[in-house]
Amino acid sequence: MTSPRRATTPAPGTAPAGAPTRLVQGAHTSGGIGASVLRPDAGLKVTGRFAYSSDLWHEDMLWGHTLRSTVAHAEIVSVDISEALATPGVHAVLTWDDLPTEVRHYGLEIQDTPVLAHGKVRHHGEPVALVAADHPETARRAAARIEVEYRELPVVTDETSALAPDAVLLHEHRTDPCSGRVPHPNIVHRQPVVRGDVARARDRADVIVRGEYRFGMQDQAFLGPESGLAVPEEDGGVHLYIATQWLHSDLRQMAPVLGLPEDKVRMTLAGVGGAFGGREDLSMQIHACLLALRTGRPVKMVYNRFESFFGHVHRHPATLRYEHGATRDGRLTHLTCRIVLDGGAYASSSPAVVGNAASLAAGPYAVDHVDIEALALYTNNPPCGAMRGFGAVQACFAYEAQMDKLAKELGMDPVEFRVRNAMTQGTVMPTGQVVDSPAPVAELLRRVEARPLPPQRPWESGEGADLRQLPGGLSNATHGEGVVRGVGYAVGMKNVCYSEGFDDCSTARVRLEVMGGEPVATVHTAMAEVGQGGVTVHAQIARTELGVAQVAIHPADTRVGSAGSTSASRQTYVTGGAVKHACEQVRRRVFEIGRRRFGTRHPAWDGARLLLENGKIVTEDGEVLAGLAEVLRDEVVEVVQQWRHRPTEPFDPHTGQGNGHVQYAFAAHRAVVDVDTELGLVKVVELACAQDVGKALNPPTVAGQIQGGTVQGLGIAVMEEIVVDPVTAQVRNPSFTDYLIPTILDTPDIPADVLELADEHAPYGLRGVGEAPTLSSTPAVLAAIRDATGLELTRTPVRPEHLTGTE
Amino acid sequence: MDFLRPAGWEEALAAKAEHPGAVPIAGGTDVMVDLNFGRRRPAHLLDLTRIRDLFEWEAGEESVRLGACVPYTTILERLRTELPGLALASHTVASPQIRNRGSIGGNLGTASPAGDAHPALLAAGAEVEAESVRGVRRIPVDAFYTGVKRNALAPDELIRAVHVQKADGPQQYAKAGPRNAMVIAVCALGLALHPATRTVRTGIGSAAPTPVRAAAAEEFLNAALDEGGYWDSGAALDASVAGHFAELCAAACAPIDDVRGTARYRRHAVGVLARRTLIWAWESYRGTGRTTEGAS
Repeated sequence: MTSPRRATTPAPGTAPAGAPTRLVQGAHTSGGIGASVLRPDAGLKVTGRFAYSSDLWHEDMLWGHTLRSTVAHAEIVSVDISEALATPGVHAVLTWDDLPTEVRHYGLEIQDTPVLAHGKVRHHGEPVALVAADHPETARRAAARIEVEYRELPVVTDETSALAPDAVLLHEHRTDPCSGRVPHPNIVHRQPVVRGDVARARDRADVIVRGEYRFGMQDQAFLGPESGLAVPEEDGGVHLYIATQWLHSDLRQMAPVLGLPEDKVRMTLAGVGGAFGGREDLSMQIHACLLALRTGRPVKMVYNRFESFFGHVHRHPATLRYEHGATRDGRLTHLTCRIVLDGGAYASSSPAVVGNAASLAAGPYAVDHVDIEALALYTNNPPCGAMRGFGAVQACFAYEAQMDKLAKELGMDPVEFRVRNAMTQGTVMPTGQVVDSPAPVAELLRRVEARPLPPQRPWESGEGADLRQLPGGLSNATHGEGVVRGVGYAVGMKNVCYSEGFDDCSTARVRLEVMGGEPVATVHTAMAEVGQGGVTVHAQIARTELGVAQVAIHPADTRVGSAGSTSASRQTYVTGGAVKHACEQVRRRVFEIGRRRFGTRHPAWDGARLLLENGKIVTEDGEVLAGLAEVLRDEVVEVVQQWRHRPTEPFDPHTGQGNGHVQYAFAAHRAVVDVDTELGLVKVVELACAQDVGKALNPPTVAGQIQGGTVQGLGIAVMEEIVVDPVTAQVRNPSFTDYLIPTILDTPDIPADVLELADEHAPYGLRGVGEAPTLSSTPAVLAAIRDATGLELTRTPVRPEHLTGTE
Repeated sequence: MDFLRPAGWEEALAAKAEHPGAVPIAGGTDVMVDLNFGRRRPAHLLDLTRIRDLFEWEAGEESVRLGACVPYTTILERLRTELPGLALASHTVASPQIRNRGSIGGNLGTASPAGDAHPALLAAGAEVEAESVRGVRRIPVDAFYTGVKRNALAPDELIRAVHVQKADGPQQYAKAGPRNAMVIAVCALGLALHPATRTVRTGIGSAAPTPVRAAAAEEFLNAALDEGGYWDSGAALDASVAGHFAELCAAACAPIDDVRGTARYRRHAVGVLARRTLIWAWESYRGTGRTTEGAS
């Protein structure tokens, strides 16, 4: 996927006079960590030449198509495929009955998702049958000829209908690990977090505020729909080229269903057009392989946008009931909350989302007395699972609204109130875990607050106004009438890496050899590059650790061990850590070879600390001992290393106590909005962000993550929502015509302050970047709209009718 | 599905006569969406893009004749003086790419209540030039919209052009939608002052089964302007006049609740847009209007 990158700038020269001359590894090799290295896919992507998974092609390939349920909950009375099968050009039609083994369900945490519906469908758009044909249109038409008779069942759509004593059960006879601990079989998972003495703390509170908040269903809206190509292989296996977030997780779920040993299912990452959590679950992986194995022909599947809305899980909608208390001097006394997440028809990653929502429910504040409960429901709504922010997003929306309410109640400035309660390094979390690395929560808030505010009513200054500065933009809805400015603040915290005792490890293979007289490093991992910039960072790490200019990134595939998921802001930390660790082993081996060949020439070979810089072995004082080419000659140094972060523990099922997380990421926003209060239209003017990233390995990529996360948070604040009919549980807006995501004209200025406070436990002191800005963006925008309108606004996204009293 | 590609207008009319179910396609910005969603699957598509005349426009004494395939981009770039309301409406259509392909003829053919051009056409005054092998007729735009996504064309007719009255006074167009670009109107309003006849015309989009004029609002305003001597005095409008006009525009709506917005919001927003656009247009008539980039 990625071509080797040549460094184009020479290494910096010798250290300035007077500066200490002791070198650290890689400091004098250009293009290493901290450098603003251009990503290798950038040019291809912006010019439309990047090959995405939907661009895959194979001679003789067939096209797969999925028939999906038109109703949300029904018994399948019959499925008649005869007409579809008889359609010219059709090579296979598969249903549940054609599945090759007894393993017919899959799932990330709970294997409750049928590969194809059996006996029942549980949500709108559930896969029922598959068709392979020699043309995509033929496959589509043949699928339309499959006759499915449904007998509709009552739908479970919310907490009330799910938890009624006589509620229809989504999954009867559950045996999954969560099932024994839940109070109702329509609860996927429940996690309390209890600490301190809430009753006594409540007595000390001078003010108590309560709120019920609702968070809408957000879609990841990645631009490259689900797609891949399955190629049957001569040994009876299959090779899948696929856009995913975690090759090995797919593999583990696929192989048993296909009835193949894992080594006969080969996977290569194809070009991924965004993910944001929506590619953690399987979509067409098993389907394409089943069709390929059945027909003996390569099978390509590509969802269109409509199908994509049904082809992946979404962000859990949530209802969050919060109570906070505080003393008159502005100190939090206690927190109680109940967070109900709608998990939809299948579990996906709901249990882990619940764990996050529960453990992060208090946010980045020190509060000693808590009674927290989070749970996810099974309903007939679309399945929900991973999305950027993963349970922490919903909680942040609620606790930040509460902070503003408390500040108002106390007559305090909202930033001052937050600062007074901000956690710091050493704070004990509601889970009992001590925050053991920098937690600059107050600093982040102060920084966004200190920024100058953008000018008021810019359209009134100068020659004439530009409609694009106004709410409604080019719709010409206002020339300033009814427009009120508002400012709001929010801060959030997100766990980085997998939590709760998960064995979160990554593998890296690093090879160093001389090619054409120059040392070249090759980095091979199974990391899914989904646009986050991991391939760029891996090359930077290899340059820093090996002191070479040329680094080739091997395509990601399953010929190397797992790299874990491109999720949880973890890839730079964990797979980056594995690359670093493997490079260190390579470096050590190079020094051994050097000693063997040249050890007698110079005393520094023994004892002194050696470094690799600019293709040479040098001493700490910068003296060159040998060139890499002359040391290695024909020898190839190759190392495969697994790497893990510090272990975590599961949360106690009853108290939620435990060292469940590895690291926390913090970001704060200040939102400035102009609201047309008569029409209820919002123009977000600016979203200033401050975030601690520990160490910015690639500063432009960090800025990109902050911008992207901020805009994704803005989207769910003012426009993005999958609307599910409360009566039929059917999705009403599965298209970009009616599921609105921000355009460039909705995107505000995003000035960002990046702090680099090292976390001593993490490689290079880095802190995962990708998710934190998504958290605080949404509540900051809501706070700003509340500031402008004086409305309470307890749900997101805010729609024009909420701002105009015309629901 | 057969794809008919007539080289000229006569050939297109003949094809439409032979296949009355054929769906004309030019920019494809509506038709292709319907095809992709499987909402319709006509036996024939009738491609009009080889007929160069349809991409031509011509300004006459009284009106501008817009060929059916003239894209929005041309209108908003070239016809801002002659057709200011339609130019404003064109600027609100989707994205630059869509504006380069989509056309007024297509908007009329689809006749969606949410079509951006309709309120501007209703306010300006326009006639649709429809033709079949049987002959040509001109349909007043007020009579063109007959139902949700239905229009007055006979099955064998094609839209050849639209004749839009040239502006004789200020025109305005505004729409409400929850995104600052690329948004389908939750509701929209077009308004044109016609000082030559001392009348005001309106058009409302997305707030009734068809695009509609607010007849009672127009009547009220025409009378109020007349009785108050406003056309001669050029006085600032009394707030109560604008307010009542807005109420009557809101009352002209027959909106629905849908995934894009509530009926209550639509009615409310049409009132707000009516008041605002009237004041903008009137201030412009009085010669006091500030310029707003993209809105003049």
